[in-house]
Amino acid sequence: MSGPLFQTQQLFVAFGGLSALTGLDLEIEQGRIIGLIGPNGAGKTTAFNAITGIVKPSAGRVIFRGEDITGFRAPVIARKGIARTFQNIRLYGDLTVVENVMVAGHSSVTYSIFEAVLGVGRFGADERRIRKKAEHLLSLIGLMEVAGERASALPYGSQRKLEVARALALDPILLLLDEPVAGMNPSETIEFRELLLRLHSDLKLTIGLIEHDMGFVMSICHKIKVIDHGIPIAWGTPHEIRHNEKVIAAYLGQGD
Amino acid sequence: MISCARTTVTRDRILTASAVAVLLLFIWFADSTFDAYSIRVLNFVAIYIILAVSYNLINGVTGQFSLEPNAFLAIGAYTSAILTLTPKDKAAIFFIKPMAWPLSEICASFPVSLLAAGAVTAFLAFLMAVPVFRVRGDYLAIVTLGFGEVVQVVAENLISVTNGSLGLKGLYPHTNLWWSWGICIITVVCIVRLVNSSYGRAMKAVREDETAAQAMGINAFWIKTLAFTFSAFFEGVAGGLMGHLITTISPKLFGFLFTFNLLVIIVVGGLGSTTGSIIAAILFVVGGEFLRLVDEPFAIWGYEYPGIPGMRMVFFSAILILVMLFARSGIMGRNEFSWRGLFDLTRRLIRGDLLGKHGASVGHNVIALSARISQLFRRRG
Ligand SMILES: Nc1ncnc2c1ncn2[C@@H]1O[C@H](COP(=O)(O)OP(=O)(O)OP(=O)(O)O)[C@@H](O)[C@H]1O
Ligand SMILES: [Mg+2]
Repeated sequence: MSGPLFQTQQLFVAFGGLSALTGLDLEIEQGRIIGLIGPNGAGKTTAFNAITGIVKPSAGRVIFRGEDITGFRAPVIARKGIARTFQNIRLYGDLTVVENVMVAGHSSVTYSIFEAVLGVGRFGADERRIRKKAEHLLSLIGLMEVAGERASALPYGSQRKLEVARALALDPILLLLDEPVAGMNPSETIEFRELLLRLHSDLKLTIGLIEHDMGFVMSICHKIKVIDHGIPIAWGTPHEIRHNEKVIAAYLGQGD
Repeated sequence: MISCARTTVTRDRILTASAVAVLLLFIWFADSTFDAYSIRVLNFVAIYIILAVSYNLINGVTGQFSLEPNAFLAIGAYTSAILTLTPKDKAAIFFIKPMAWPLSEICASFPVSLLAAGAVTAFLAFLMAVPVFRVRGDYLAIVTLGFGEVVQVVAENLISVTNGSLGLKGLYPHTNLWWSWGICIITVVCIVRLVNSSYGRAMKAVREDETAAQAMGINAFWIKTLAFTFSAFFEGVAGGLMGHLITTISPKLFGFLFTFNLLVIIVVGGLGSTTGSIIAAILFVVGGEFLRLVDEPFAIWGYEYPGIPGMRMVFFSAILILVMLFARSGIMGRNEFSWRGLFDLTRRLIRGDLLGKHGASVGHNVIALSARISQLFRRRG
């Protein structure tokens, strides 16, 4: 397999008459951390949704590990090794923290419904394995103490972390994070940055992330893609992006 | 720590096994000493538990609102009745139009007919699930509601199979306490195990957030189809049990009322809680027998109550409305019975500290419900 781990080619998404994404070309090399930034409504989340099969792209291709996965259904893409978190936290609120993570282990279940109902065969071993893995991930991410709590009862920052733990339970090759530090205070953000870097090297992850916190993005990403109104306007290292005039005009200039 | 968890598991298994043994002992006792009326009520309790826990699997656990129990009961009842009736019985019953061959010659034992009832119902559920779950949205309720009507019309008009509106009479009363409670226990065990497996977690994930479930590799289509088919199987078996309990079945019998009753049961019990479904099913059947009172005339303090047939339904509807308004989580919320929970509850009862720290416990729900109802009356007075 040569070429990048992941690639989109001229990806388009339209909602009725509104084109939310126009011609996104994105390349992510194995082991990299890539940022996707842009003003509100730029189409960043839409890009993630199109990549992970939550919305259907209207044109273009998504290529992962040399395979064209355009238009595949979300669970199929997830099982191929692309896991994601959601900007507007989407946990299974009524399940416990550990159950939330165990849900993502379902794709690795080898026992049949009949083995489950009779409690025989691979049922016991599989359940133990899934629980153990979930608990391991929770302790990695620092949520083991609240494993038995209902997910919806967690504070905001912990819910964001739980989203990451749940995504990791899929054993992803590519992890996509949609605004992982939104709503976190500066010290939480620094802590999360350390955690992410640790996971990145320990689990050999490739990461794509959307974030409005420029300090965070610039300090963690190898390369950054900027889009505005669905249109890609820049691609480069944090240093290049910081000094790109189009970007400053479209985005960075906006806030200050 | 691990050995501690192991001993708890062993303790719970022993307790569960003892509870089942006590239940079987009670059935044996009831079977040999109770009068026919009480035995009939107990049979209905078992059948309603089977129906409620399976209906709760699709509606409560998987969160797919459906309205099928009456249709699936009918299919199960007809399937098993057609199989257990002997060729001679069939020739006698079908006098408008003879029964179609080979059905007229087929004859099977009761357990085989129950399995067939479950299998046929599950198969039809599967056929329905495939188109319905392919698209996203709440089509299941509409489709299952329509299916109930279709089943009635077919039962009325497919005379060479169902004997039309005359129905099937003189079924052998196979259903006794052993059959009904035996199958009830099997159903509850199967469904509890399924819910506690990874498949059950996937069902709950689909209920909580279908998109997030899909993004975690769960094929929501298959999981919903599995839940629907699984619950259909047991609803079909319950139909077979019911047919051989009341011994006469006709199309009119399987009206929407069954579905409505079951909806009341699973909502009052707490949508999603198998324990709640069981408790509410028992309360419904036994309470319904007591409420027969209001259907019949009686005199109280010189006032002549004429007796209004169907008055019981008004009560059930009122209970449903009250629960929806004031205690939406029902008796159990989404909690399940566990031995540890029972011990904790007893300990708290003894200490007189019922609310404890778990706000959403059974005690809390019951108390909240009664407090709100009493508040309602106090405000009036
Ligand atoms: N399902 C949808 N149906 C219709 N329009 C949509 C849908 N999802 C997104 N949009 C529109 O597409 C555009 C891009 O939205 P998107 O959520 O991708 O922006 P974003 O870059 O993630 O913004 P933010 O930084 O605020 O999260 C917006 O105009 C939005 O209203
Ligand atoms: Mg977004």
